[in-house]
Amino acid sequence: MKKIEINPITRLEGHGKIAIFLNDDGNVDEAFFQVVELRGYENFLQGMPIEEVPRTVSTICGVCRGVHFTSAMKASDQIYGVEPTPVAKKLRELFFNAHYVEDHAVVLYALGLPDFVVGPEAPAAERNLVGLVKAVGAEIGRDVLTKRASAVKIFEMLGGKPIHPVAAVPGGWSKKITEAERQQLIAWSKDLVELGKLTINVFDKIVLQNPKYMELVTGDMYKVTTNYMGTVNEKGQIAYYDGIQKVVDPKGKEIASFTGKEYLDVISERVVPWSYLKVPYLKQMGWKGIVEGAGTSLYSVGPLARFNVGNGMDTPLAQEAYEQFMDTFASRPVHYVQAYHWARAIELLNAAEKCFQLAQDPELTDPNTRAELGKVTGEGVGITEAPRGTLIHHYKTDDKGIVTNANLIVATTHNKGPINIAVRKAAKHFIKDGKVDDGILNYIEMGFRPYDLCLACATHAVGQAQTPLSIDVFDSQGALHKTLNNF
Amino acid sequence: MADKIKFAFLLAGGCAGCEMAMVDMSEKLLSALDHLEIVFWAPTVADVKYKDLEAMEDGSIDLAFIDGMIRSSEHEHITRILRAKSKILVAFGACAALGGIPGMANQHTKKEIFNQSYFDTFSTDNPDKVVPQTTTRVDGKYELTLPEFYENVLRIQDVAEVDYFVGGCPPHHDFIAKAVEAIIAGNLPPKGSWLTSGKAVCDVCKRNPANKDMARTQVFESKRIVDGEPDPDICLLQQGYLCLGPITQGDCGASCLNVNMPCRGCGGPIPGVKDYGARAISAIGSILGSEEAAVQLMEKFPDLTKLVYRYSLPSSLLASKEK
Repeated sequence: MKKIEINPITRLEGHGKIAIFLNDDGNVDEAFFQVVELRGYENFLQGMPIEEVPRTVSTICGVCRGVHFTSAMKASDQIYGVEPTPVAKKLRELFFNAHYVEDHAVVLYALGLPDFVVGPEAPAAERNLVGLVKAVGAEIGRDVLTKRASAVKIFEMLGGKPIHPVAAVPGGWSKKITEAERQQLIAWSKDLVELGKLTINVFDKIVLQNPKYMELVTGDMYKVTTNYMGTVNEKGQIAYYDGIQKVVDPKGKEIASFTGKEYLDVISERVVPWSYLKVPYLKQMGWKGIVEGAGTSLYSVGPLARFNVGNGMDTPLAQEAYEQFMDTFASRPVHYVQAYHWARAIELLNAAEKCFQLAQDPELTDPNTRAELGKVTGEGVGITEAPRGTLIHHYKTDDKGIVTNANLIVATTHNKGPINIAVRKAAKHFIKDGKVDDGILNYIEMGFRPYDLCLACATHAVGQAQTPLSIDVFDSQGALHKTLNNF
Repeated sequence: MADKIKFAFLLAGGCAGCEMAMVDMSEKLLSALDHLEIVFWAPTVADVKYKDLEAMEDGSIDLAFIDGMIRSSEHEHITRILRAKSKILVAFGACAALGGIPGMANQHTKKEIFNQSYFDTFSTDNPDKVVPQTTTRVDGKYELTLPEFYENVLRIQDVAEVDYFVGGCPPHHDFIAKAVEAIIAGNLPPKGSWLTSGKAVCDVCKRNPANKDMARTQVFESKRIVDGEPDPDICLLQQGYLCLGPITQGDCGASCLNVNMPCRGCGGPIPGVKDYGARAISAIGSILGSEEAAVQLMEKFPDLTKLVYRYSLPSSLLASKEK
């Protein structure tokens, strides 16, 4: 049996590889998507004050850092028994939606779209952001980057730092907004709506109007039939910052809904010896292995999953695009994974419209950004929809708010099983009679890219122990005054 | 214009935030790309694989950045390869230069991390009691390999010679733009240096009493950020909130302070400081005005290591946990 390895898989965040096994006829017998790292966050967060956790866990991922930050912040609200003040909630949501825009933009333009704009079989050296800018023209490239920069500016103004933000406090937000700053936020948000419209147009022109690419978007080689999980608001529309988590089966029937700690009744994570990443499944159905179709216990998350779980968008332009999307496919749920990219483009516009709505609210300048803290409850579960899917942060603390245990289930982890199936199917479809070249291997990598992998996220693994520390206090003459120990 | 600078960027055991900071340069990134030819940027941006990097000639890359720390045999292997191929190697950002936040894992053994991840977490299901293996045969016929997970987090300089260091988690995009401009212009300090303005966060902080011709006074209380809302115009340390600005490189423009939050040291130590956490303790010690305040500090932050070594435990003189 011949083995082909793609190492590393590229245009994603983090480290993984694909192993493909060919039988004697040169056709694919089996393929595996392996995650090759682990970091241990669930261990070292222990001993840390919970309010320090958001700015620490944001480093689980440098791409979707804002959602780890927000999930941990929402858990810290519960640990301090407090609801954020109205203005704090609005500032958080504005921050969160601006993050969505710049994150989805990076994923589309730098990671996903080069396959379509430059071409799936184009030389490897050109299949990237630079090649994309060359293909669409420097002017559009510059336009996308400067408009996306407006989202980075909102993120930085509100969050403090442009990548790993710091402004989270339990029950609030540390940054207050002046009227002049609000006007700036309005102007930047306008850029984001323009970026959203532009992105829909680019996607339409490049992919939807190209019959060859539409074969990939609606073809069985990239079809993975699973259950879906996502978050909706009280009207059933797609929600990101907050809402109710729902699960539908491969036919679209709702089979579970949950909030907070109830996630433990719905999700289990199976350990496999061949990957550092666990494989989650729906607990009620039991572990069935990495299989698709009716009866599978695997579920997918992310933009397409949200489209399958929700009934629409809460902003007008995005709703229009959502309807066009649903009209394109004969039935729902939509199981075609390349459609993730399209859903992502529509969500970018949705998040941009939300930023614009939020920035126009005069209440944003209310200085009352911090609520009075309640008694420490000792437990909190913060759930958000990360750009790449449902994100769960669960913490326990002692009575002073010091973390004693942590459990994180991140978007890419939920998708581990479905990604493995996508890669296996693409490999079986594209490799025939032993013929393999760079273009064919890229078609296989196109099986995982729609899921927008964050493998550093997925391999956070967070625990306990306190390092013994001894502090010697000297007086001004250099004589030892006292030794303080924490052991 | 001279030939373009052959440029490589490797994500080792990091979060790719340093690479996002590069993208956040936005228009300045496009200008920089006029001078840089990307020959390798994996796994994040370009489709150049490890085997392609290995096939390149030694010394053929002019400039290479690495972000992230070393936690696995794969990280170490590729870092060594990139070192051999590159004329200048930059440990870019807190993880690469100091070990970073993931470096706090050195307070735990590999066994503890595996136990937490694969047995003890609330949602884990592991009936067969398995953990990931460096070699596995699935269904008796598919042999799959994984890199070895190391006992400790290492810095880049622990496995390969580093020419320059850049602090920050991540470095601010405005600072990256300046640093890249300096590199393109060939305006570099002696090898082994940090690329930094050399100023501390306090030097660029508008709250600093010294910048307002006021004297710094001792404090008699230690607070966590949940203990109250600080005055946005007064030095946080003066208000009792622990802030590591005095000993941290300020190439960020004191950005955390701008939103009324304390510095936690991501910029790395100011020049001349070898052990960041030890110096942090010393700096805090000199500002606390009473023994009660020191005792209070240790009660408020029972695991003080995770405060003073949040970004730099692997570069500390403290040993890691007995393994």
